[in-house]
Amino acid sequence: MNAYHEERLAELIRSLPPVPEAWVRAAQELPFARQLLDDIVARAEADLEFRRALIADLEQALLAEGYEPDALPLEDLRRRLAD
Amino acid sequence: MELASLTDARLVARCRSGDEDAWRELVSRFSRYVYAISTQAFRLRQDDAEEVFQEVFARTYEYLDRLRDDEAIRPWIGQLTRRLCIDRLRAGGREELSGDEPASAGVDETMERLDEAFAVQEALASLSENCRDILDRFFAQDESYGTISAALDIPPGTIASRISRCLGKLREAFEGRKPTVEPSS
Repeated sequence: MNAYHEERLAELIRSLPPVPEAWVRAAQELPFARQLLDDIVARAEADLEFRRALIADLEQALLAEGYEPDALPLEDLRRRLAD
Repeated sequence: MELASLTDARLVARCRSGDEDAWRELVSRFSRYVYAISTQAFRLRQDDAEEVFQEVFARTYEYLDRLRDDEAIRPWIGQLTRRLCIDRLRAGGREELSGDEPASAGVDETMERLDEAFAVQEALASLSENCRDILDRFFAQDESYGTISAALDIPPGTIASRISRCLGKLREAFEGRKPTVEPSS
């Protein structure tokens, strides 16, 4: 391999540094989190007691029902519950 | 067949059928490319780059059913990222804008370089895990010989020769794939 190829390939590999892992994870989970969000909102619309619990303490209410709050876009959920 | 070895078109088809692992692979495959466009071509701040990053993949998922050419997902994502970066710059009022593009010099040149870098990344993915790992750690992650040596449990004195050997393999793999590169700009 000559010097030009070696330097050029190295430069191109350097051009794509890693992305923060949390960004990648969030993007990977986003579609499924949105689907889950839709399910929770639908359930809250059908069950007023569940809705009241969510509004009073969102994370606690989710945990009590077996959801994983860390895996959900909570701000989106708060906004949708407030609509 | 491993998801990482699927063509872009087949990966998109798997995503469209609801395969969650395929979607994770798609995000992983294009994540560096999207990040590099926003931070290198448009020089977005990290918080803006993160917003654009999430929006790109949210819209990609949303539009999977409407793609005209599954094989062209990479240029499609490149264009989408470009548009969202421009929107972000406009919203932030941090660029003097005229016409459709921000007045950032060299965007097209940077996009061309990143398209080429993506092709190199694809060629890199076809190498053995050892080669992939050592080249990525040294060049993309900027790790020292010492760090690589400890992480991969190999003698520090052999790292330079391994890098050289792996670059040789990468060149062969890259030159074999080069004609398939299509620009996104």
